Amino acid sequence: MAVTDRVKPRSPRRQSLPPEGTKGVRRLAFSQKVSKWDVKVSPYLYISPFFILFALTGLFPLVYTAWVSLHSWNLIGGQGKFTGLENYAFAVAQPYFWNAVGNTFSIFVLSSLPQVVIALVVAAVLDANLRARTFWRMGVLVPFVVAPVAVGLIFNNLFADQFGLINEMLKAAGLDPVRWHSDSLASHLAIATMVNFRWTGYNALIFLAAMQAIPRDVFEAATIDGAGRLRQFFSVTVPMLRPTVIFVVITSTIGGLQIFDEPRVFDQSGLGGADRQWQTLTMYIWELGWGQRNFGRASAVAWLLFLIIVLIALLNFLITKRIASQGGRK
Amino acid sequence: MKIASKFTVLSAAAACLALSLTGCGSAAPEETGVNGATGSEPVTLTVGTFNEFGYEKLFEEYEELNPNVTIEHKKAATTNEARDNLTTRLAAGSGLSDIEAVEVDWLPELLQYPDRFADLKDSAVEGRWLDWKAEAATTPDGKLLGYGTDSGPEAVCYNAELLKKAGLPTERGEVAKMLGTTWDSYFQAGKAFKAASPDSAWFDSAGAIYQGMSNQLEKVYEEEDGTVIATENQQVKDTYKQVLKASTEDGLSAHLKQWSDDWASGFQTGAFATTLCPGWMLGVIEGNASGVAGWDVANVFPGGGGNWGGSYLTVPTQGAHQAEAKKLAGWLTAPEQQIKAFTAKGTFPSQKEALDSSALLGQTNAFFNGAPTGEIFAERAKAVDVTPFKGTKFFAINDAMQQALTRVDVDKTDDAASSWEKFVTAVKSL
Repeated sequence: MAVTDRVKPRSPRRQSLPPEGTKGVRRLAFSQKVSKWDVKVSPYLYISPFFILFALTGLFPLVYTAWVSLHSWNLIGGQGKFTGLENYAFAVAQPYFWNAVGNTFSIFVLSSLPQVVIALVVAAVLDANLRARTFWRMGVLVPFVVAPVAVGLIFNNLFADQFGLINEMLKAAGLDPVRWHSDSLASHLAIATMVNFRWTGYNALIFLAAMQAIPRDVFEAATIDGAGRLRQFFSVTVPMLRPTVIFVVITSTIGGLQIFDEPRVFDQSGLGGADRQWQTLTMYIWELGWGQRNFGRASAVAWLLFLIIVLIALLNFLITKRIASQGGRK
Repeated sequence: MKIASKFTVLSAAAACLALSLTGCGSAAPEETGVNGATGSEPVTLTVGTFNEFGYEKLFEEYEELNPNVTIEHKKAATTNEARDNLTTRLAAGSGLSDIEAVEVDWLPELLQYPDRFADLKDSAVEGRWLDWKAEAATTPDGKLLGYGTDSGPEAVCYNAELLKKAGLPTERGEVAKMLGTTWDSYFQAGKAFKAASPDSAWFDSAGAIYQGMSNQLEKVYEEEDGTVIATENQQVKDTYKQVLKASTEDGLSAHLKQWSDDWASGFQTGAFATTLCPGWMLGVIEGNASGVAGWDVANVFPGGGGNWGGSYLTVPTQGAHQAEAKKLAGWLTAPEQQIKAFTAKGTFPSQKEALDSSALLGQTNAFFNGAPTGEIFAERAKAVDVTPFKGTKFFAINDAMQQALTRVDVDKTDDAASSWEKFVTAVKSL
């Protein structure tokens, strides 16, 4: 109702209602006023809780972090003197910062790409006519419900360097054990495995929901045209899922750039390895803030991370726009 | 409107949840503690601890002795969790318990903010603790910020089965003699072991040995005035070199990072023959080595005595019942109570009087081949004669040092020289 009201709020029909005596006119005028107000204000009221919450939990911390980042600021001692952009200059000059940026992107790529691909395949399988469908569908979500710390415990046991299950198996097969905690790439792979374990099922369910929205007659037509299951997947399902794929890619980009839990629990001290092999940006923020108690520097790095995410989001947006318009031209 | 009102309810519920999640500190004292208030006002005291302090029974006892007091125990699972909780709530200015337990290594930082903690100095508790224990919690102008609870006097734990296989003595007195009183003699014994038993290592981790050695230096990383000397301190350099030489060249290390999964498994697979053990480590070893026979404790520590860890009870000034909290903290850290906590969870007392108590001295440990642990650690505690000065950057520099050792000993991604260079860079960036 509200929507149609908003579309034509000053409908002439309503204004040209015949008068029904003074009382009636006044009552009508009042209710008219109310409905006018209703039309104008209500939509904003309805959406305001989000913006109020956002201002409290999103905007305020963001602005306050910027304020903190311009000062020397101790976690316990609090605000120190104003230092301008010194904290930013410090961060950008740190090799640790750039190492963290590299690690973050490496883990992000290693986890996001296979995740989206595997999730698509899993969703396609779940979309098929399976026995006990709900069981399988719930099943893929189980890893997501497991707390990241618990995942960390399990995978630490698998990926322990000397007596870990995976290395024991490699040794049994006559291969060299992998140095999960000292080799950079190996540690990224191990962490990406944890991330994929948790998030693939979740993304698969999103894909599945989108797949079910594809009209079935499209598939029927494809079947009649003689397309096999594989051909249907690549030529019908995937193209029709494009908006969902874009959504999943964007959300996993943001999540991937903020990755913390999995690398944090990959060893006991949680600093990302003795040579910072797997220290991500958020872990670097944590080290600066809670390890060195330097809130100013931690806030500066937090803002740099924010800017990086905005940059990536912009890139994402541009690519998305292109893909979307290409899709439209077809 | 219906939706809006529903939302109001929801957001109110969410706000309540958020408030209860953040804890909001001490419960309202008026609501509890109704049971027979004799004389004084009923109060609820919250006590924040971590790991195992062995206080559960003691709280009940105190509540019986003081009917007007109700104690609420908040136990964090790990020290890191407790430390994060403490620092964030100190920063926020509210939410701390009436009594907060702190670990000895957090003190240098907390001593910078003496006004956030009540001065616990009292003639009634004067001379109660071993000197080094009380000194660590005293500000330069003589304020006592914490009452000492347990301490971590170090001995050497060893796997007698492995020593036997290498043809070395296994009886704890003879082992102590073989290990000797210097680090050189300890490493020398290791070489003899390694020659006879190449499959096992002598000690678990370079980091752990360094921890033991550096805790015997007067100054490690900083001068009293805050100047960082970590990278120039010849003693630190020498210790670093000595540990890494023993670990890599002499092959005495099992190359395990302490607390890692590999390290825990190492106890089961007989990866190393000895490990430095403060009193509280006995429980850790027993847990990791369950089912493995042969672990024992030698009444010796190379290079003189050493202390690793141990905690204090503080009374933050943001609490509403500081006087009562001080009284409770004083009672909990009295010698009789410390003995009870020791019997309950093995936390080794830091009080002079407790060290002579027969209940403590009579304590034996079945897992460690019936070793007289009470007597051994009492002697080890008395052997501690150096407390290293730890400044405000100690925590961060020590982290960097442990990483430097790990790069060489465990990861093998660097040699001693290149890893030291990285350590210097890390210290400069602080």
